[in-house]
Amino acid sequence: MSRHKLVKALDLDEELDDFDGGADSDYGEEVGAEDKEHLRLGTAKVRDVLGPEVSITDREIEDSLWHYYYDVDKTVNYLISQKTNSQTPKKARKQKVNSDVNKSDVSDISRQDSKTGGHVKTSEISSSCSAQLSLADLFRDSPWLNIPEDRRGEILIEPLYPRGRLMGGSSKSDGAPKSKLAALAAARKKKENQRAEDGQNATNSVALLDKLSGKPRQGKPDSASDISSPKPLIAITEQTMNEQPRKYPKRKSKGLKSPQDDQPAKEAFKKSDSLASPDVEKQPEITPAADPSVFAQTIFAAPAVSQQHDLQTSDRYVLGPDTYAEFDFAGPSPDDVVTKAQNTKRPTRKPVKQPPQPSSGDESVNAVSQGVGVVAIEEPKVKGKNLDVMAEFERSKPKNAANFVVIGHVDAGKSTLMGRLLYDLKVVDQRTLDKYRKEAERIGKASFALAWVLDQGTEERSRGVTIDIAMNKFETESTSFTILDAPGHRDFIPNMIAGASQADFAVLVIDASTGNFESGLKGQTKEHALLVRSMGVQRIVIAVNKLDTIQWSQDRFDEISQQVSAFLTTAGFLAKNLAFVPCAGLTGDNIVRKAEDPQASWYTGAPLISLLESSEPVTRALEKPLRMTVDDIFRGGVQNPLSISGRLDAGNVQIGDTVVIMPASQTASIKGLEVDSEPSDWAVAGQNVILHLADIEAKYLKSGDVVCPPAVPIQCVTSFTVKILAFEHITPMHCEVHKGRLHAPGRVTKLVAQLDKASGAAVKGKKPRLIKPGSVARVHVEVDDPIPLEQGGRVILRAGGETIGAGLVE
Amino acid sequence: MRLVKQAIERDGSGTITLFPEDPEDMWFTYNLIRPSDLLRASALRRITTESATGSTSSTRVHINLLIRVEKLDFDTQSSQLHVSGRIIEETKYTKVGQWHTLDLELNRNFTLEKKDGWDSVARNLVKEACDPAKQADVWAVIMQEGLAHLVVLTGQRTVLRQKVETTVPKKRGTGKQGDHDKALEKFFQTTLDTLLRHIDLSANLPILLASPGFVAQAFLKFILETATRTGNKSLMGQKGNFVVVHAASGYLHSLNEVLQSPEVLARLKDTKYARETKLMDTFMSLLYKDDGRAAYGPREVEQAVEKGAVGRGGGILLICDSLFRAQDVGTRRRWVGLVDRVRETEGGEVRVLSGTHESGKQLEGLGGIAAMLTFPLEYLDGEDEVEDEIALSNGNTAGEKT
Repeated sequence: MSRHKLVKALDLDEELDDFDGGADSDYGEEVGAEDKEHLRLGTAKVRDVLGPEVSITDREIEDSLWHYYYDVDKTVNYLISQKTNSQTPKKARKQKVNSDVNKSDVSDISRQDSKTGGHVKTSEISSSCSAQLSLADLFRDSPWLNIPEDRRGEILIEPLYPRGRLMGGSSKSDGAPKSKLAALAAARKKKENQRAEDGQNATNSVALLDKLSGKPRQGKPDSASDISSPKPLIAITEQTMNEQPRKYPKRKSKGLKSPQDDQPAKEAFKKSDSLASPDVEKQPEITPAADPSVFAQTIFAAPAVSQQHDLQTSDRYVLGPDTYAEFDFAGPSPDDVVTKAQNTKRPTRKPVKQPPQPSSGDESVNAVSQGVGVVAIEEPKVKGKNLDVMAEFERSKPKNAANFVVIGHVDAGKSTLMGRLLYDLKVVDQRTLDKYRKEAERIGKASFALAWVLDQGTEERSRGVTIDIAMNKFETESTSFTILDAPGHRDFIPNMIAGASQADFAVLVIDASTGNFESGLKGQTKEHALLVRSMGVQRIVIAVNKLDTIQWSQDRFDEISQQVSAFLTTAGFLAKNLAFVPCAGLTGDNIVRKAEDPQASWYTGAPLISLLESSEPVTRALEKPLRMTVDDIFRGGVQNPLSISGRLDAGNVQIGDTVVIMPASQTASIKGLEVDSEPSDWAVAGQNVILHLADIEAKYLKSGDVVCPPAVPIQCVTSFTVKILAFEHITPMHCEVHKGRLHAPGRVTKLVAQLDKASGAAVKGKKPRLIKPGSVARVHVEVDDPIPLEQGGRVILRAGGETIGAGLVE
Repeated sequence: MRLVKQAIERDGSGTITLFPEDPEDMWFTYNLIRPSDLLRASALRRITTESATGSTSSTRVHINLLIRVEKLDFDTQSSQLHVSGRIIEETKYTKVGQWHTLDLELNRNFTLEKKDGWDSVARNLVKEACDPAKQADVWAVIMQEGLAHLVVLTGQRTVLRQKVETTVPKKRGTGKQGDHDKALEKFFQTTLDTLLRHIDLSANLPILLASPGFVAQAFLKFILETATRTGNKSLMGQKGNFVVVHAASGYLHSLNEVLQSPEVLARLKDTKYARETKLMDTFMSLLYKDDGRAAYGPREVEQAVEKGAVGRGGGILLICDSLFRAQDVGTRRRWVGLVDRVRETEGGEVRVLSGTHESGKQLEGLGGIAAMLTFPLEYLDGEDEVEDEIALSNGNTAGEKT
């Protein structure tokens, strides 16, 4: 009940003083030619519907059309309801209001509305609501207002809290906390109104007349003449009406607003106030007043309260009302309307047609507010720079880049050799190495210190074995290299395959010490070499390591070179693509510098580093659609909760791109990009990149997934045919399918044909029942879950810890 | 399973009454019952009666129903068997021709009559099912970084209980190692939690931990540390039951390798799956020799049997039990005939492998049937391709859902 009392105690004068006239809105939009055309057509239609007997002016129709986005049906409904409203006797009005005319106009209505709430019949509620709806057109972008009536109540409960204070009617200051921009806009609005006033002297006088006539009308409730109130006024009328709902929010946060904001706002109000008497159209709704029920308050008052938000945030909800409004499918779809509204630079949310603001300052404000609006409308997506990546790439004149994988049997000294290389090239500083050395000594593995440069894992260090691929970068004068240090242990061959799939050439490290070479050749030396070859690596540098342990024996080196080159040529490497270098990883001889040991003087060739540099640049599939196999998924930092790394197999990518992750078929946008751990705007095929992703969840990502452009996604298959080189016996059997990081369980389902090794043609005759090692065959493979595979992709089949074959997808 | 009553005539007709005691027995029953067999079992049926006024009341009654089987449905996870078919004997509550789905229950008799009589395979199955020597289950965790398969091996079946998959970031430059270790620990924790949810520790079963590299070892270490830290006595008590084995990958088919490892064989030598795995292994090595003494695929094996190569002195026929589950009676008869012929006429050995074990799956990949021959054979035809496919698809459709 206390609220009702508050309502009674409401001081009208104060209320009106507080009203700031919606000063912070800018009404500077003009009707475009297209709109005019629409208006013309719409008016004609409405006329048709209404029939000749209804006395409604074109202007009225146009305005209504404007409110309803040229929706003829709604317009007709509105006009009819307007008409009926105004014809309803306005008896109630006079009984109540005793404040003077020029003040009662605006604020009365809603108060009256709320007071009548208790008694109003449903029909009246709906009509008053529809009227409010139209008033609210200025705020049509606020989602609260255009909600279907049946849904209003629940939405509006929340603002009940501050009402007590609101109704208190203190007039110290009004309004929500306003930005300076808003204050500026208010000031401008005032000026503008003045201008409008000046320009409409005639109308103004009519308005004054009208206002004057408002008073008598209160005394003569039967007068229904006001529907034909002067046409030119309607716009202004509406403006004022539209402003009306604001008084509640203004009141609500009294005391928050600074006085200097207050002043122009008040003035602005007075201006608009003096311009028109909008209540003439509203009056019929007023019935003998009783204290408003809570329900009524909720219905009528709350929308106004909620508009307080609107003052500050309206720009953000430009799309709002269409989403909420009821849609009868008669007119254009909400989407169409929105598109239209956006295309017409949002004049639709400003139903008041006023001359464009001539002041340049106003325009800039408009521009700013529009800019803000545009930004807010857009989905929170990453802005790309829309670079021409190919042009950028050419301009950047990159150094030759080469990835090489270091392979060899377990304990051949791969990691140590690379650690030494990095140390000698000063990529790793002395201090770090000393630290490693100390730590390694502590756990009794002093000789592993160099390997620790690459073996960063806790498990790797404690066990002294590389488990996963280690990536490291160094640059020489001509080329920038990426080392992919592969694990040698047979259990980690899947990891080695992942590394080798990213390599341009390979460094095969061979342990020259007695016995170890032989066991290596049977073991992973062989398997690795075959694997890299079948993955397309052409060139291989053979580092015969640990020669210091056998006194740089030239005989041993020659023997090893001979055996290995014999093996490698049978494996399919060309002899010219092989290069041998004797070296010692632990001491660093023949790696970056020539060997100092006199026993090694027989070797006159270049050290390892020069052999690496002589690698020819590889051509990259820059123009093809993007393909990147996800190597790793990790948390890239606080800013980038989800990042993936990998090498671009083909195509290019830049910040802001949208990509599809297959096989999950989920899109993601790239919000950040690193090339070789340096931030960049773009990347091209061949580079090792880290992509920071947005708009995707980690659960959709698996290592081995492929990143592609949405237009040309990679196909995911569950069965495929492979032309395969068998390493072991192949029968229909279970196996794992490896392709880079990707590995999936599957099975060979059918041996299609044995192929002739030289010609590749199918051998005539019976279907093979067994494929022997070393032969080539065509087999059919099925996998349990779809995997991204393209024709020509290189896959490795493994079973029981052994590579059974490698081949090309057909 | 207990054999309550057997009334089989000389011609194979007749009935057998069985009393299932163990969930495993349901699997036997699933293999035993074929569509169009007659099954009598107790059922719970809802009877709806309509009174004169039109109101209905429904009651549930226990009755004995005799149905002609049309469809079988075996739920591997809960080991429940649902048999649906048409009632062929009128009771107080039911009419002939009404449908009913019998949910076979443990510790309740059922009586089965075979439409085509009791063939040797079916009779052997009953015999095997009623063998009182129970084989203990074994748990296995096949894992690799970020992937674990929790599997229970029973005498007849390998059941995948749960697959655990988490993302473990790879190692990245200095200082970022924490992510990997943390993720790995989380993966271990998830796997352990899952394992504890599925396993009954009081049963004191062996638990195999298999992985490539050091994952299984690290997992065992993690388990023991967790048990100590949380004071989980029952988990601590399992210490002796854990066996760390090497596996080539974390995928399920690595189980084959696991079961062949000496550590496992030492413990589980006599289990059916260990024997089957060994057998498959022998066959595969014979096949790799490529001396014509190994045959696989339906057509090839039939030819070999025809020529008497699967006979006395080492001839072994390997056949997957899924072939006997063929919907088509003719197909089943074909395989039963082949088995009978090898066993009785040729004097060879017949081993029926369970299609759910890894070894059986391996055999299924070869067409569900293979044979080790007593003498080398050259194969002439190239048209067994179609047959292979039929056999494969049969095997697949007969395979139960997991």
